Amino acid sequence: MALKDRVNPIERNPKERAKDFSEVSLGYTENLAIIEAKRCLQCKIPTCVKGCPVGIDIPGFIKQIANEKFQESYKILKKYNALPAICGRVCPQEVQCEGACVLNKMGKPIAIGSLERFVADWASKNNIKDEIKIEKKLNKKIAIIGAGPSGLTAASELAKSGFLVDVYETFSEPGGVLIYGIPEFRLPKSIVKKEVDFLKELGVNILLNIPVGNAIEPQELLEKYDAIFIGVGAGTPKFMNIEGTELNGVYSANEFLTRINLMKAYKFPEYDTPVKIGKNVVVIGGGNTAMDAARSALRLGANVTIIYRRSEEEMPARKAEIHHAKEEGVKFQLLTQPISYIGDKEGNLIGIKCVKMKLGQPDKSGRRKPIPIENSEFIIPTEIAIEAIGTNPNKLLLSKFEGLKLNKWGYIQTNEYGQTSIPKVFAGGDIVTGSATVILAMGAGKKAAKKIKEFLND
Amino acid sequence: MLNNIVKKEKLAYGVHLFWIENPIISKKAKPGQFVIFRIHEGGERIPLTISKTKGNMFRVIVKAVGKSTYELCKLKENDYIKDVVGPLGTPSEIKRYGRVLVIGGGVGIAAIAPIVDALINVGNKVDTILAARNKESIILEDEFKDSENLYFATNDGSKGEKLFPNQLMEKLIKEEKYDVVWAIGPALMMKACSEVAKQHNLKIFVSLNAIMVDGTGMCGGCRVRIKDTLKYTCVDGPEFDGRDVDWNSFLTRLSQYKAEEKKALENYLKIVGEPTWL
Ligand SMILES: Cc1cc2nc3c(=O)[nH]c(=O)nc-3n(C[C@H](O)[C@H](O)[C@H](O)COP(=O)(O)OP(=O)(O)OC[C@H]3O[C@@H](n4cnc5c(N)ncnc54)[C@H](O)[C@@H]3O)c2cc1C
Ligand SMILES: Cc1cc2nc3c(=O)[nH]c(=O)nc-3n(C[C@H](O)[C@H](O)[C@H](O)COP(=O)(O)OP(=O)(O)OC[C@H]3O[C@@H](n4cnc5c(N)ncnc54)[C@H](O)[C@@H]3O)c2cc1C
Ligand code: SF4
Ligand code: FES
Repeated sequence: MALKDRVNPIERNPKERAKDFSEVSLGYTENLAIIEAKRCLQCKIPTCVKGCPVGIDIPGFIKQIANEKFQESYKILKKYNALPAICGRVCPQEVQCEGACVLNKMGKPIAIGSLERFVADWASKNNIKDEIKIEKKLNKKIAIIGAGPSGLTAASELAKSGFLVDVYETFSEPGGVLIYGIPEFRLPKSIVKKEVDFLKELGVNILLNIPVGNAIEPQELLEKYDAIFIGVGAGTPKFMNIEGTELNGVYSANEFLTRINLMKAYKFPEYDTPVKIGKNVVVIGGGNTAMDAARSALRLGANVTIIYRRSEEEMPARKAEIHHAKEEGVKFQLLTQPISYIGDKEGNLIGIKCVKMKLGQPDKSGRRKPIPIENSEFIIPTEIAIEAIGTNPNKLLLSKFEGLKLNKWGYIQTNEYGQTSIPKVFAGGDIVTGSATVILAMGAGKKAAKKIKEFLND
Repeated sequence: MLNNIVKKEKLAYGVHLFWIENPIISKKAKPGQFVIFRIHEGGERIPLTISKTKGNMFRVIVKAVGKSTYELCKLKENDYIKDVVGPLGTPSEIKRYGRVLVIGGGVGIAAIAPIVDALINVGNKVDTILAARNKESIILEDEFKDSENLYFATNDGSKGEKLFPNQLMEKLIKEEKYDVVWAIGPALMMKACSEVAKQHNLKIFVSLNAIMVDGTGMCGGCRVRIKDTLKYTCVDGPEFDGRDVDWNSFLTRLSQYKAEEKKALENYLKIVGEPTWL
């Protein structure tokens, strides 16, 4: 096998999968995984590991796959990453481990993400139970606010160390964006459930339907717990705030995706929550959220166009997702910026007025700045528009947390270990960094857990 | 946390009262706040105002208007609500204003009950208007005894004045100097009352029943234009100064799912038959 011939995981036919919410990628068979694993050079100085935010021993776990020792491989993986089945599916590998793999220089990098997913799925299929090793029970209580990847990771680390851990979540299901944002066809909810069940086995107490800040005040938590970890995400959607934002048919991606993922609106009326879907849907934005919204709308039968104000090169979404969206039939209209919504007399959206853009000099983000082209306005007729242009910190809790220092954008200020301006309060994930990635949120949860242990053992 | 229905009572056709056991919510709820129910796995998230609390229980009063509220009203004592989240929303701005006029229309009467109590408790003189279609639809009358004056307005004149609440409000404002007004009820009533308040330069609190999903500021679906800025009803509200609300777009957004709601109710009635329990 030539080094450059990367083995791709099996994917369902785009025409077929664009009609349902079942998973797009079927992953590797044992055979394919072994072939791909054997391509790994087992570098002495593995650059891939440096690219991984949690420093997984990548050559180590890949070597065990090549040797057909899947269980061994899983053990190595699990030592570094509590949620490999999730990360294998959603991490932006091309800019992390795979982006740093030496094989980039002579062909295609090792498909580290797909191998990670393979091992995790193999373990699950073969009922490999994770060892539950709880260090000595400690009589100290920790509250975790938010059951997203950062909170769940912190909870698991702390429970393993023997602390009593209570996780508070305002939704009826734990998982954060993994449950309400990322669609089933990319991340089956059963996988998230399995990870959460493991936490329960560790003795973590998950309290659902509790909006901290209202149902429990920060002061009470400070009195009741020895330490607190805040992982509430950055869930408040931004709107462009152009004329017509209130029209019926204009959605934030968060609302659209929550209706579909959490509330199962794609099964309406079998499930009670509806979602509007027109013949045409326009999604505005270029990130993962935009791709997820577009592909969800496509699956509900719409003709979908993504509009983005820069070119494809600048799109922040994972390359694989852009590729999948295109394969499935999502159209891309690049260098285009909406300037107002147009409604009919009943207040329903009928079109978006846009302007064409060109790229100027690089701006602060290092990407070339989009500039409107004069007299280039045109109208895209559509009944549904979904804005996926980013989020702000959610104020539900923060507005009530006295003494908690925020930065100028409203995110929580912490030191490099996740400690906030209140010594026994730690924070991590999107609420500290702004919208980032699952693995970074997990990394933050892990780092803070380590610091909390030190803090409480002093 | 139990969320079992401790007591249920029918107050009028399609209007049902529930006492639900939930120690956290009963302890924390303040006037003006609400909860979100999801009655079963496939259910919608339904926002409902917390109308009173007692011991470990809180009260909601529900008007059946569509599939989910029909289904909720079908539940019996000792049944459970699967998920109850709350309290949500910013509490009413209770302080000493002086003389206050509080207007409750239809099931909105349930929402003003705790507000009137709280206003009186801090020393306000409160005049209350209870408004409804007819005499039979006036609920909770006994709970407003401590009002300075209690007025009624019905569309058919079967109780009190044969006036719309905004008309009665206009009349009272001419006789008495009020420092602030609350008006909670159907959106059209709140809009009409807000117009009166605007003409008289009076601050008026209304409680917006926007269509919500999460209730925590996460979806943006409950957005409403307040004086040219977008606010999220669930966290910035639900109470706003009615004079600042862009009522036209608010009313449009309430009709967003009309077709879907109709279909859901028809399907449901096909399964359960006549809604005899309403
Ligand atoms: C549609 C979409 C697609 C994405 N795709 C990818 C991807 O492919 N790969 C990737 O790496 N990243 C992706 N991301 C980003 C990634 O999901 C986030 O960076 C990550 O989930 C952040 O984790 P978190 O733990 O900080 O917060 P979240 O996942 O946001 O979880 C926060 C939790 O806290 C709860 N909460 C909030 N306030 C309170 C309160 N007051 N009381 C109690 N609970 C509260 C929330 O309900 C939520 O469950 C995507 C994001 C979105 C929206
Ligand atoms: C903060 C708040 C407090 C409320 N308090 C009460 C209360 O105390 N008593 C009461 O009877 N009703 C209250 N409502 C309204 C109640 O939530 C809706 O009547 C209910 O959700 C309708 O559901 P349905 O399936 O029965 O009707 P549907 O057939 O779905 O809808 C009927 C109408 O109800 C409204 N509606 C639909 N879905 C929602 C939703 N998710 N959120 C809000 N409105 C919706 C729309 O205007 C719609 O046209 C409140 C709403 C809000 C936002
Ligand atoms: S850099 Fe690439 S080839 Fe080298 S060990 Fe890592 S995955 Fe294998
Ligand atoms: S209900 Fe989702 S933001 Fe208010």
